[in-house]
Formats: sequence, C-alpha cells, structure tokens
Amino acid sequence: MDRIPILKIGDVLLVTIQVDFHDRIAIALLEDLSEKIVDNSAKGVLIDISALEMVDSFMGRILGNISKTAKLLDCHCVLVGMQPAIAITITELGITLPGIYTALTAEDGMKLLTDMVKSKTNGKTSAKKQEAKWR
Amino acid sequence: MAVKSQEERSIANEDDILDVRNSVKRVTALLNFSLVNQTKIISAASELARNTLEHGKGGKSIIQLVTEPERIGIRLIFEDTGPGIPDLARALEDGYSTGRGMGLGLGGAKRLMDDFDIESKENEGTRVTVTKWTEKN
Ligand SMILES: Nc1ncnc2c1ncn2[C@@H]1O[C@H](COP(=O)(O)OP(=O)(O)O)[C@@H](O)[C@H]1O
Ligand SMILES: [Mg+2]
Repeated sequence: MDRIPILKIGDVLLVTIQVDFHDRIAIALLEDLSEKIVDNSAKGVLIDISALEMVDSFMGRILGNISKTAKLLDCHCVLVGMQPAIAITITELGITLPGIYTALTAEDGMKLLTDMVKSKTNGKTSAKKQEAKWR
Repeated sequence: MAVKSQEERSIANEDDILDVRNSVKRVTALLNFSLVNQTKIISAASELARNTLEHGKGGKSIIQLVTEPERIGIRLIFEDTGPGIPDLARALEDGYSTGRGMGLGLGGAKRLMDDFDIESKENEGTRVTVTKWTEKN
C-alpha cells in the first residue's frame, strides 16, 4: 500500500504530500501521523502541499481532520506551500479550512511552529506560576 | 456548439477520479486556459467525479472540446445510473450533504465553471454537464 512518508526534524514532523490523496492513503497518513506525534512527543507538524495541483473538498476535509487530530494530541499543524491558483479556487469552492494555520514556505512554517510551541510553553509556565501564587 | 473531440472515461473507483482529472488537465492545457482557470476546471471535475462515484455508485465522464464561432471550451459530462437526487435545489446548497462530505461539490462546481446543468431522476440517475469557455486564439 502507498504511504505518505513522515520525516522528523527536531520536534517537528514533516509531511510532504506529493501523491494524490485516496481514502486509504489519507486514513493511513492520519494513523501514522498520530502514532508518530505520540512516539516522538512532536510539538508540531508541517504539511507541505506545494506539489499539489489542486485541493478539492475531499482533500480539504482530510487536511482538516489531520489538523484536528494533531491538536487533540497537543501538537500544532501548519500547512505550507499552497499555490496561489489553489488558494483562489478553494475560496470559490467554499472550502474554509477553519483552525488550520498556513505559511507560504516551509521555512516560514517552521518559524511559525517554533513560535507557537514557545508561546505555549511560556503560557504554561506562567499559568503554573499564577497557580503557585494563589495557593 | 460543435463537439470537436471527446474522450470517455469510466468512473468505478478512486483511481478513475485521478484519470479523469489528468485527462481534463490535458485538455485545459491544450486550450491555453490560465493556470487559475485550469485549477478551477480540474477541481470542479474532481468534485463531480467523486459525486458520480460516491453518490451515483459509479458511472462515466465525457470530456469534450467544444467550439462556437467566437469561443472554444471544455465541456464535462458526468453520468450515472444511481439513486438520483430527490431535491435538486437542496443538493445545490452549500453545506448540504447526505454523506459525510462538506456539501460544496455541486454548488462549488457551478461557481467554478461558466455553464452548469444538472438533470436527475430518482432511481434512474444523474447527469451533470459543465462548460468553461475561452476566447479563440
Ligand atoms: N451523482 C449523484 N447522485 C446522487 N446524488 C448526488 C449526486 N451528486 C450529488 N448528489 C447529492 O447531492 C448532495 C450534495 O452534493 P455535493 O455538493 O457534492 O456535496 P457532498 O458530495 O459533499 O455531499 C450529496 O450529498 C448527494 O446527496
Ligand atoms: Mg461532492
């Protein structure tokens, strides 16, 4: 069975979507990714879609599911590399991708993830400090 | 309107959707559609082919190169002998889905293409015809 490879770079998992999403590939990706997020305590997932020539509502739903699942596993998800023609088309189609962060390049996406992870860790520490003060 | 050439593809599984998309892509490139319009046409084809497969229980698509005196275009016909659509107006509404989809396929394809036509009879099947035009060059 075809599978979409998942690379690990530091705290981040990198998924490059090159092949067409099929139901079974999409389901396999969701499962593989969830496992890898937990196994590696990954804090971020970067999904590169620059090789895609289109995103339809089926793929939009899958990308949304990946992002939601990652979030439940305490992991941020950033979509990078969307072609302008795709952005125009999915807007006209009506696909909104709620809750999905995007960046233009993989580099920007990495920065965004790093910032998100940092601010979350900071947020947690200050929340703990707050708790300590109140006690 | 004259049909200059046409290609028929059956839609029986997910791989066929990809084949339809690739055929459509070839014709849109041949007609020199802009990249944005190519993307729109391929996306509309993908939505409609998936409907033929999922809701129509399989069928076929016909990809045509059509001409008129002033313009040339791509016409896509998606046909199935599935359950049909009881309420067309409802099916065209954004967000309406009897499955687990986003409910954007029909309405979206209509927006992405220039002409949109749908015929459906309960228990007989559905035929969706869409066209996008470009000036002759
Ligand atoms: N070829 C078809 N045969 C039967 N029903 C269809 C067909 N195409 C669309 N429909 C009906 O119209 C609804 C809306 O279609 P669409 O806008 O593509 O949304 P989705 O596919 O996400 O459900 C579908 O849920 C289905 O009930
Ligand atoms: Mg659909």
